[in-house]
Amino acid sequence: MTDLTLSAVHAKRREIAHTVSPGLWTLAWRRLRRDRVAMVSLAIVAAFLLLMVLSALNLVAGDWAREVGINYAPPSFLEPDAAPATPGATSTPNQQSVVPEAAVPTAATPGSAFNSTVVDPIGDVLAELKGEPPAAAGAEAAAASTIVDPLADVMKEIEAARNPPPGVEGKSVDPLADVMKEIQSGKGGAPTAAVEAKRATLPFGADKWGRDVIAKTIKGSETSIFVGLAAALVATLIGTVLGALAGYYGGAVDDALNWFYNVFSSIPYLLLILAVAAVLQQKGTMTIVLILGLTGWTGAFRLIRAEYMKHKGREYVQAADAIGASNTRRMFRHIFPNVSHVVLVQMSILVVAFIKSEVILSFLGFGVPVDVVSWGSMLNEAQNELILGKWWQLAAAGGAMAVLVTAFSLFTDALRDALDPKLRGAEG
Amino acid sequence: MLAYIIRRIWQMLPTLLGVVLLVFLLFNWVGGDPAYVLAGKISNPDQIDNIRRQLGVDQPYYIQLGIFLKQIVTADFGSSWSTNEKVSHILATRLGPSMTVLLPLLFLETIVAIALALAVAYVRGSLTDRMVMIICTVGLSVSILVYIIVFQYVFAYKFGWFPVQGWGNDVWENLWKYSALPILILLVVSIAPNLRLYRTFVLDEINQDYVRTARAKGVGENRIMWVHVLRNASIPMITHVMAALPGLLIGAFLVERFFSIPGIGREVILAVERSDFPVIKALTVYVAIATMVVNLLADLMYKAVDPRVQLK
Repeated sequence: MTDLTLSAVHAKRREIAHTVSPGLWTLAWRRLRRDRVAMVSLAIVAAFLLLMVLSALNLVAGDWAREVGINYAPPSFLEPDAAPATPGATSTPNQQSVVPEAAVPTAATPGSAFNSTVVDPIGDVLAELKGEPPAAAGAEAAAASTIVDPLADVMKEIEAARNPPPGVEGKSVDPLADVMKEIQSGKGGAPTAAVEAKRATLPFGADKWGRDVIAKTIKGSETSIFVGLAAALVATLIGTVLGALAGYYGGAVDDALNWFYNVFSSIPYLLLILAVAAVLQQKGTMTIVLILGLTGWTGAFRLIRAEYMKHKGREYVQAADAIGASNTRRMFRHIFPNVSHVVLVQMSILVVAFIKSEVILSFLGFGVPVDVVSWGSMLNEAQNELILGKWWQLAAAGGAMAVLVTAFSLFTDALRDALDPKLRGAEG
Repeated sequence: MLAYIIRRIWQMLPTLLGVVLLVFLLFNWVGGDPAYVLAGKISNPDQIDNIRRQLGVDQPYYIQLGIFLKQIVTADFGSSWSTNEKVSHILATRLGPSMTVLLPLLFLETIVAIALALAVAYVRGSLTDRMVMIICTVGLSVSILVYIIVFQYVFAYKFGWFPVQGWGNDVWENLWKYSALPILILLVVSIAPNLRLYRTFVLDEINQDYVRTARAKGVGENRIMWVHVLRNASIPMITHVMAALPGLLIGAFLVERFFSIPGIGREVILAVERSDFPVIKALTVYVAIATMVVNLLADLMYKAVDPRVQLK
């Protein structure tokens, strides 16, 4: 509805625009065009949105769940080919952490002598255990393996052979509990893909089950960005309507809505979100949109209310009153177009905030369901992987989010400056 | 002054009532019958019936609300559904660890951000200024989760400078050993947005006439920045420090979970995971009260910092 009113106003404006000065939006767009940072960040945001839409249409990353690589396949720029190719040049800290990884493809083949490559879960265990010793023993093991690679391989073979039995039966200590989980989750997804030939490396590596991290990140962006946009829409809508009512009517309506605002803003945001999440038992993308939207409207309310208080006494509103425009009409037909830039800026601030919140919620396991991938759930997996030296999923999810959020924030700043320089610094 | 405080506390009551109603509505109405939640934990139907009677959910809503109000006033929320620990005991024992992290953090963060903001604003427009602002903008965009994961891995796990996690009984040991890395992480995370904001506060003051006058009188640059400018810039800063407290709380929640610090945040997350309604209810209400009190303190601090402020 707001779009309709906007375009109606625009149409009217355009009719007389030939002779009169250009409108607010034209001017703002012109100012924005001149801002190079704004245009670059707009392009980046647009690229993310495009990827998200393509992914939603299943044109990109549709097969993200397919296990195209081996478990934890490293990024190809680290290990161009199989392990023996780069035995000597392993001095950078990056590769040190990857060295145990290099052993996986070579070690797994002889390992098949005792049943590993075909049955995935155990392959998982092997990979896990091979990753574990250097992590646990610290740098020494890693350093040792950098100097004499073949020997280290043998060592790992031995360790791997020695370790599985407790991994299968015991579960008292932490790392083993991890392995158990690995086995269980491996059973869920692995068996179907066991037949395909799996690649040793992928452009940006693979996760625990050998799924391409890039495809996964794109798929994750679909959830995270959608939640950010949709929740921002809900929150701005609530904030705008309530803020308009409070600011326009004042008096008792204002008091009541202000009370409502005070109640919501006196509970710390995350606590409120968690409380709502605890109550709404079912998980889902729409649930989280609802949670964020219903709790995050307070900032928009405060700003819009102030704008409406400012505008309601202006001459054009009095004129509208004089020609018999109803309250609703005055509020949304006459005043709203004049404050819509505040709404837009506020919404774009909220998108960033909600993307961050979604990531935190999904990370904690209160967000999207387990079978939906989001940047938050990726970070959750990456947390455990990092200890094994597998940093690429963390880098992909964290990096993608950082780039998008940076671009979006810069664009929001530029948008705010272009639309209304007076607003600068109004909202942290 | 006293009259002002009393009036403010009086004005808090409706808001507080609203919070109580909201929490009540969420947990007793939207949340549905707690017996369903409990059914997963306790299989014995007699026990569930017993608990229902204990909670009063078989009573009409207004009586339930009365029970809830009584619980808040007497600070007796019964026991946790999961661990059977007294909720009041949970609150009392979890507050200490949270404060051990939060108070030093608040102190350090304010000092460091203000000092940096003064320095950066002093050399405004220079390469240093622009570099710091760019770093802040980028640093702001990285998820707090990434900071925690990477810092914990690098500084605690790889280098072993800090314990990976844990908590002791001794306050000093907790402060120096176990809270050091969490505080450092939260400091890094919270500096970026605050520095950006404080810089604009300082910039608003730095071109004022009184600065020029002070300089003309021969006042030293240090005194100008730290006394003249800071005093005037501190009003919006105080507002912001107080407004940012809930944000610090979020960071503290996550850090407590990662570092197994037995504080309020970890308790909330655990309670949500276990659908432990009494604990969440109690924590939400009391944290909201604390937030209101902090806001009152902020207003009182304005008066202390700037005598021109009239408390109405």
